[in-house]
Amino acid sequence: MSEIIRFENVSFAYDENAPEALRGVSLGIERGSFTAVLGHNGSGKSTLAKHMNAILLPTRGRVLVNGTDTADESALLKIRSTVGMVFQNPDNQIVASIVEDDVAFAPENLGVPSAEIRRRVDAALECVGMYDYRLHAPHLLSGGQKQRVAIAGVIAMQPECIVLDEPTAMLDPAGRREVLSAVEAMRRERGMTVVLITHHMDECVGADRLLVMSGGEVAMDGTPHEVFSHPAELHALGLTVPDTRLLLDGLAAEGWDLPADALTVSECARVIADFMLKEKREKCLHRP
Amino acid sequence: MPTPPIIQVEGLSHVYSRGTPFEKTALENVSLSVEAGALVGVIGHTGSGKSTFVQHLDGLLIPTAGRVLIGGEDIAASKDALRRARFRVGLVFQYPEYQLFEETVYKDISFGPRNMGLSEDDIDARVREAAGFVGVGEELFSQSPIDLSGGQKRRVAIAGVMAMRPEVLVLDEPTAGLDPRGREQLLANVLDYRAATGATVLLVTHSMDEIARIATRLVVFSEGRLAMDGTPEQVFSRAAELRGMGLAVPKATEIALELKSLGIAVPDGIYTIDRLREALLRLERGSGDA
Amino acid sequence: MLKDITLGQYFPGDTIVHRLDARTKIICLIAYIAALFTAKTWLGYALALAALVTVSALSRIKPAALLRGLKPLWFIVIFTGAVNALYGTGEPLAEFWIFKITESGILQGIRMMLRIMLLVCGTFLLTYTTSPLNLTDAIESLLSPLKRLHAPVHEVAMMMSIALRFIPTLIEETDRIISAQKARGAAFDTGKLTERARALLPLLVPLFVSAFRRADELATAMECRCYHGGEGRTRMKTPRLAPRDGWAMALGALLVLAAAALRRAGI
Repeated sequence: MSEIIRFENVSFAYDENAPEALRGVSLGIERGSFTAVLGHNGSGKSTLAKHMNAILLPTRGRVLVNGTDTADESALLKIRSTVGMVFQNPDNQIVASIVEDDVAFAPENLGVPSAEIRRRVDAALECVGMYDYRLHAPHLLSGGQKQRVAIAGVIAMQPECIVLDEPTAMLDPAGRREVLSAVEAMRRERGMTVVLITHHMDECVGADRLLVMSGGEVAMDGTPHEVFSHPAELHALGLTVPDTRLLLDGLAAEGWDLPADALTVSECARVIADFMLKEKREKCLHRP
Repeated sequence: MPTPPIIQVEGLSHVYSRGTPFEKTALENVSLSVEAGALVGVIGHTGSGKSTFVQHLDGLLIPTAGRVLIGGEDIAASKDALRRARFRVGLVFQYPEYQLFEETVYKDISFGPRNMGLSEDDIDARVREAAGFVGVGEELFSQSPIDLSGGQKRRVAIAGVMAMRPEVLVLDEPTAGLDPRGREQLLANVLDYRAATGATVLLVTHSMDEIARIATRLVVFSEGRLAMDGTPEQVFSRAAELRGMGLAVPKATEIALELKSLGIAVPDGIYTIDRLREALLRLERGSGDA
Repeated sequence: MLKDITLGQYFPGDTIVHRLDARTKIICLIAYIAALFTAKTWLGYALALAALVTVSALSRIKPAALLRGLKPLWFIVIFTGAVNALYGTGEPLAEFWIFKITESGILQGIRMMLRIMLLVCGTFLLTYTTSPLNLTDAIESLLSPLKRLHAPVHEVAMMMSIALRFIPTLIEETDRIISAQKARGAAFDTGKLTERARALLPLLVPLFVSAFRRADELATAMECRCYHGGEGRTRMKTPRLAPRDGWAMALGALLVLAAAALRRAGI
C-alpha cells in the first residue's frame, strides 16, 4: 500500500506570537486505511486535519498529498478534490436550500458535466441513505441527517480520502450512529481512505490505526488495541480507555484469561461469555 | 406542615403553533414532582419533549394545559409569580457560550444578578461566588469573553446562571462537545454548586454513562409523555424498552444485555462497569460452588 | 413568534407554477407589478387580484399562507393608508388640527393599501413557489449581460442564495438567544425606548458573533469543496425554457396590456 498523505516535519503557528499548534509532526496515511485521531481540545488535532487539504499551510516542513506539495497553488483544486473534509457543525457547511443542490455544489465547482453531476449526486445520497430526502430543505432535517448530507456533498466530489473533523460532536446518540454507519458505508462501498478526528473513545475501536495528539505532537501511534494498553498514559493526556477495555482489564486482574483486544461491545461480550461457558464445562467435567 | 416539593408539575400539556398547519403536541399530560436536593437526569431522544418540559419550569413556555408549581407557587398565577420562578429556577441552555455578550467576563456573569435588582455589593459577592464554583479565576474577570477558550466560555456562561443562586439548576446538555476531561470538570462544578447551596439539579442529557454515575433519579420522555421515572437501577433494568425508544443505554448495560443473549445469567439493572465486573465475578464463583 | 416569519421561505411542490422556469416567473412578476402600478381604477385592481388568485390557486399555496406573510408588514400597510387618507382633495369629512380627511383621500388610502398588499403577496408567490437557489440562478442568468461590464453578477447571486439559506437558521438562533437571556432575567419588551434599545444588546451581540463565526466556517467549507468563484462552474440543473414558459410570458404581457387599456378607458 502507498501513502496518500505525508507530513514531513510539519510545524504550524496561527500567528507569529502564538504558541505552535503543530510541532514537528511527521506521519503518513496509508491509502484505503481508517485512521482515528484522538486528543483533548487544543491538542492540535483539528489543526492537523486542516493541513490535509491545504486549508492551512505549514509554517515549517511540508505536507504531500499524492506526492504533491500542498503549498503548490496551481495544484490546489486537485488537492482539495482528492482529500475532502467534513466539519463539526452541520449547519455551517450546507450551502444550498435543497439537499440535492447542496450535494451538487462541489462537482459544479469542478466543472463536471450536468448529467454526470446528477449521477454522482444520486449515488452519493444513496451511499449515506439520504436519497429519499433529496428534495428536502436542510434546515428541517435532524443533526444526523444534515451531517450525512454534508458527507454526501464530499462523496460527490469523488475524493480518494475523507477527513472528518469531530463530525459527531454536536449530535445525539441516534445522529452519531447514523454518521458512523455512513462512514462505514463509504469505506465498504468505495474503499475510501478515512481520517476520523474525535474525542469519543468508542468511535476509535474499529480503526486500523489510532493517533493520539497532545501539545501539537503525536503522543501515541498504534492500533487501538496497542494504544488502549496504556491507560495511565492516556489518562495523563486527558483521555480515557473505552469501557469494554476497562471491563476486560478488571476481569483479567482477577485472573480471567481474556484477549484484551475485544473492543467492540459484541466482541467483548462474546469473549467473556466464551470464557465463562468454557470454565463451567470444565468444572462439570472435573467433578467426580 | 411539611414543605412542598420544590417542583410540582400537574397534567402539563404543550401544543406549539396552535391553530396553524404546523400544530404539534410536544407534551401530553405530564405530571411529576421533585423533592428539594434531588439530582434528576432528564432523558429522551431529540424531539421527545424534554426540552419543552424544562422550558416550562422557569416560565419561558406557558402550559397549554396543566400547572407548574415552584415551591408550591403556580408560576402562571401572576407576572410577579413568573418573575420569582424565573429567578428561583436557573436554566442553562445548550451551548450557553453563544449567549455571552458583555465586554468583560465580570460584567457578563453579573447580568443575571443585576436583572434581579440586587445591590452592587450583593452582585459582586454573587459574581465571585459563581466564578468560584466553575473555577474561573479573578484574573479573567476583566477579559473579553470572546478571547477565552471554548471550555472557559462555557463555564463563564454557566456561572452567569449560578450567580442568580437558583434553587433549581437546570442544564441542557452541559457537556456537549467537550473532551473527556472537560466533561468531568464541568460535572464536578455542577456537583460543587449543589453541595454548597443544596440546590436541586436537573440535567438533560444524552450521555447515559455520565448520568448513570451521578443521578439519584431518572425521568425518561418519549413522544411527549413521561415514559419512565425511577432510580437509575430501575430505569436501566428496562434497557430493552429504552432502546425501543431510540435511546442509548450505558456501555455496561449494553454489554450485560449482550451477555444475557449469549446465555450468561447477568442480573438486571446493571449500569456501571464496576457493578458489571462484580456481578460477573460473583456468577463465576457461584458456578464453581454449585 | 419569530418562527412565523415566512420571508424568503419556499414551499416545495409540483404544480405548473412550481415547474415554470424561475426566469419566466420573475418576468411575469415584473409584468404583474407593472400592471399593478398602471392600474388606476377598481377594475384595474380587480384584474391584478384575479391574476394573483388564479396563480395562487394553480400553485396550491393557501391564501392563509400569503396573508401570514403580510403579518410583519401590517404596520406599514396601515400607515400608508392613513397617510394617504390625509392627502385627498375635495370636501373634508372630518377635520382636526392641520389634518382633514376627505372621501377621495380615504379611497386613495384604500387603493394604496391594496396595492402594497397585492405587491407583497405577488412577490411572496414567487418566493413560495421557487427555490431560493433557482431564484438566484435566474437573477444571475437575467443579469448575465452585465458580466461583460465586469459587474460581479455571480458573486452577488451566490451571496443572495447563501443569505436565503441562512435565514431560517438565524431565526432559530434568535429565538434561542432570546430564551437564554430571558432565563437570566432579561426583559425585551418593557421599559422606555432607550432602555429597550439597550436591552437588545444581549440579543444582538451574540447574534452578530455567531453570524461571523458561521460565515467563517462556511467559507472554509466552501473552499474545501473547491469553490473558486463562477469561473468554469457547471450546473447540475440547466433550466431550459419549455412551451409553458412562452405561454406564461404571453399571459404576463397580456396582463400589462389589459391594465394599460383599462387605464386608457378610465374604467
